[in-house]
Amino acid sequence: MINRDTERYHAFTRRALLLGAGKLALFSVLAGRLVWLQVVEQEKFQTLSDKNRISLRLVPAGRGEIVDRFGVPLAINTRNFRAFIVPEQTQDIEKTLDRLSKHIPIPPEDRAAVLGEVGQHRPFTPLLVRENLTWDDMARVEVHIPDLPGVSVEEGEMRSYPLGAATAHIVGYVGRVSQAEIDAVNKPDPVMTIPGFRIGKSGVEKQYDEILRGQAGKVQAEVNVVGREIREINSLPAVKGTRLSLTLDADLQSQCQDFIAREKSASAILMDAHTGEVYALCSHPAFDPEIFSKGIPADLWEELLSSDAHPLTNKIVSGQYPPGSTFKMVTALAVMKAGISPQATVYCPGHYMLGRGKFHCWKGGGHGWMDAVQAISQSCDVYFYEMANRIGVDAIADMARELGLGSRLGFDIPGEGTGLVPDKDWKRRRRNAIWNPGETLNTSIGQGDVLATPLQLATMTARLVNGGKAVKPVLVRAIDRIPVRENVWPDLKLHPAHLRSVRRGMEAVVNERRGTGYGARIQEEGFEMGGKSGTAQVRRITDAMRAQGIKNEDLPWKFRHHALFVAYAPIHQPKYVTAVVVEHGVGGSKAAAPIARDILLAAQKRDPRKNRHQNGEE
Amino acid sequence: MPGLARDRMSLVDRLFAINWSFLLLLTMIAGIGFASLYSAAGGHFDPWAGKQMARFALGMAGLIVTAMIDIRIWRKLAYPFFGFVCLLLLWVELKGHIGMGAQRWINLGFMQLQPSELMKVATVLALARLFSGATPDDVRNPLFLLLPLGMIAVPVGLVLSQPDLGTALTILMVSGAMFFLAGVSYWMFGLALAGVAAAVPLSWMFLLRDYQKKRVETFLNPESDPLGSGYHITQSKIALGSGGITGKGFLEGTQSRLNFLPEKQTDFIFTLFTEEWGMVGGLGLMALFILLLAYGYVMAFQSQNQFGRLLSAGILSNFFFYIFVNTGMVMGLLPVVGVPLPLVSYGGTVMLSVLFGFGLFMSAYVHRDTKRQGMD
Repeated sequence: MINRDTERYHAFTRRALLLGAGKLALFSVLAGRLVWLQVVEQEKFQTLSDKNRISLRLVPAGRGEIVDRFGVPLAINTRNFRAFIVPEQTQDIEKTLDRLSKHIPIPPEDRAAVLGEVGQHRPFTPLLVRENLTWDDMARVEVHIPDLPGVSVEEGEMRSYPLGAATAHIVGYVGRVSQAEIDAVNKPDPVMTIPGFRIGKSGVEKQYDEILRGQAGKVQAEVNVVGREIREINSLPAVKGTRLSLTLDADLQSQCQDFIAREKSASAILMDAHTGEVYALCSHPAFDPEIFSKGIPADLWEELLSSDAHPLTNKIVSGQYPPGSTFKMVTALAVMKAGISPQATVYCPGHYMLGRGKFHCWKGGGHGWMDAVQAISQSCDVYFYEMANRIGVDAIADMARELGLGSRLGFDIPGEGTGLVPDKDWKRRRRNAIWNPGETLNTSIGQGDVLATPLQLATMTARLVNGGKAVKPVLVRAIDRIPVRENVWPDLKLHPAHLRSVRRGMEAVVNERRGTGYGARIQEEGFEMGGKSGTAQVRRITDAMRAQGIKNEDLPWKFRHHALFVAYAPIHQPKYVTAVVVEHGVGGSKAAAPIARDILLAAQKRDPRKNRHQNGEE
Repeated sequence: MPGLARDRMSLVDRLFAINWSFLLLLTMIAGIGFASLYSAAGGHFDPWAGKQMARFALGMAGLIVTAMIDIRIWRKLAYPFFGFVCLLLLWVELKGHIGMGAQRWINLGFMQLQPSELMKVATVLALARLFSGATPDDVRNPLFLLLPLGMIAVPVGLVLSQPDLGTALTILMVSGAMFFLAGVSYWMFGLALAGVAAAVPLSWMFLLRDYQKKRVETFLNPESDPLGSGYHITQSKIALGSGGITGKGFLEGTQSRLNFLPEKQTDFIFTLFTEEWGMVGGLGLMALFILLLAYGYVMAFQSQNQFGRLLSAGILSNFFFYIFVNTGMVMGLLPVVGVPLPLVSYGGTVMLSVLFGFGLFMSAYVHRDTKRQGMD
């Protein structure tokens, strides 16, 4: 029996040692695996682990302010309050919303939107209930917070425009980012995808969106498996957007907007003849830009889109009109440059015959003998027909381009129209046709195919009165309080005597009894202006209408002529130029000139050189 | 005559005969478990570490009591105990059919008892009893082996029908170790392995449930379904791997603290531990396990009777398979089969049944000089 047990003991020991060795071998496999994972592949898994736990959250930066030349705010961020609800912190979200609605109105659609979102997010994600709450709303909710589990009121920023509609077209507005806007950018700024983030949609807000937007802050947070933030690891503060100082003068801008608001649809620009700085740029009708920041109601949007006065269009930069008689200075200068003396006269019998074509002067009875200055001041069409016929359209077109017409000026807000300066080459290229001499005559008085934006007309006027410098409109004065380098405008090499003649003509337009704009002259001494009216035909004046004596103002509004006026002041040392267009305003001198007068008078009276009102920035 | 003296050992003698340094090793491993559970709860004793410590204390007391009961009594109780646990399994099985879905435990009020865990110990006990009563010739006789094979078929069948593949395989492996230690011929193991190789495709087609197949599939390619069934393995590997050589530090394991690691307090506690303590900690824990097993074998060799030797080696093998399957699983070497890390993972039944197993082991050690008398 001892033997049997000894045999079993030996067998057991052998087998147990074998088994133990096997187990040790398996342990070394495990140890090898552990070393493989934790040493060889450590880096890879470290990365994966960090990817698991670290989430990057963006904190939008405060949008840069936009101020006028004196620092008067045009676009600022105001505090607004938003009510949020965190679903997991309330037992019954519907009941809590009911209670909340006793303190702040919650429209049924907002309520439905909140309830609809409940299931779509993590229970700890705050859901936006109401935006744009006032201080009083906030206070009311805060007082009742104990009864409103899960509700919180947070302070946010809202873009607001102190001047309201007056700067709607130039400063523009901001709005929520659309998918199309994200798609349009090559590498979209990640901040654009934050719900409720707003970007510039028009005007300066759009043009300078990138620098106004600032640099979003970044918060690196540790999150758990369901995405709840556990703690902040690292944060990079947001950098507020750039402060943009415009050349605008808030006061003049407002006044200007009021002046043009007398008409149904009009626009006006006031700029510096020498520097190109734009003091005011208005388009009427306008809209409340804050409505866009808040989110515009559909019916209002529809109304704005369908209105025949185009309230969403900035007519100064985007509106293109036949310049009419405001173009006559261009023709006059071209004529003089072609070597024809300003004293050379043309007899106006009230019409001009080109071959068998009869071209009417606006004054049926004729002007008699006209030289360049008289032709401008009395706006005699026949003088320009005759002279244009002599020098040809290309000379006129060249001069028009020199003065800034026919191409974009590179202005600082989007949507600039190009205008059109027709010539022989253009006709061949675009219409595949030979230039017709009659078209030269139409072109010479700013009709036919000529098109210009009010911005171009103001620029043209500035070049005429600043001694022939190729000035361009300028809108930005300083970026982050660092002044933008002043431009030195190239000389157009126009003959001073020719420019003098043109200016004499423009002086006479308003200051001589026979001038077309005499009625709108500035009578205060030292503030006198010079200018030129223009009437752009919307519909051709037919012989039948002439025969029947149908007046343009009798036609339906949308068929009436556009009224234009370009002007400068003061006459002896021109500083300000303006261009005014009253859509369907019938006559330039009647509808547009008074507005130009009011603007120039307001500008000169506000001129810091004559007015001690100063605010540091100027 | 030490043998005779042992027969009349007083309680105090037996208490002193217990190998306290072995128990110290057990406590060290359990201590690592407490620390890990404390960390799993984010630095709190609640809800896991505290309970686990209480259970360990209870289990330790049970171990000591078990160790002091004469080995011959355990030998007598081997078959009844085996039968009793089989009945418990059957009861759970029937209750599962009547109630809802697969139920694997019996509610004892203070804990939920999983009979399948107890079954592993019962099997070791019963097989030790069976083989210790057999002659070497019996063991070499294939016909004789039908008896133990038939015996283990009962619990394996019951556990499989729960269905709990992991436990069934563990019982099979432990039984295999018992067969091996008892001296069953090598060629029979060769035959058995060949049989298994043949059975794998068959069981794949007829035996395995869909979720079990899914586990095997995701084990073979966890990246194929990183958010679904492969999630456990992927996250476990990330946690483990990111621990590096020295680990992220106690209470600093991000994968577990932020709940990326599922089942961190039970099956994946090894991952939690190695994420925080790194390779140094992981190898250290393995070294403790190896030390425990080696020491255990040394103790087993000292037993003067075949029952004690087989029982001891069986308990140690059972312990080893737990460790191997669990760590292999969390490191992506084996499919996820739901086997805990003994003494470390949170869980009452495993803790108590493992400690009960070591109680039997210790009883064999305390009564190591018991010979033949009433043993064969």
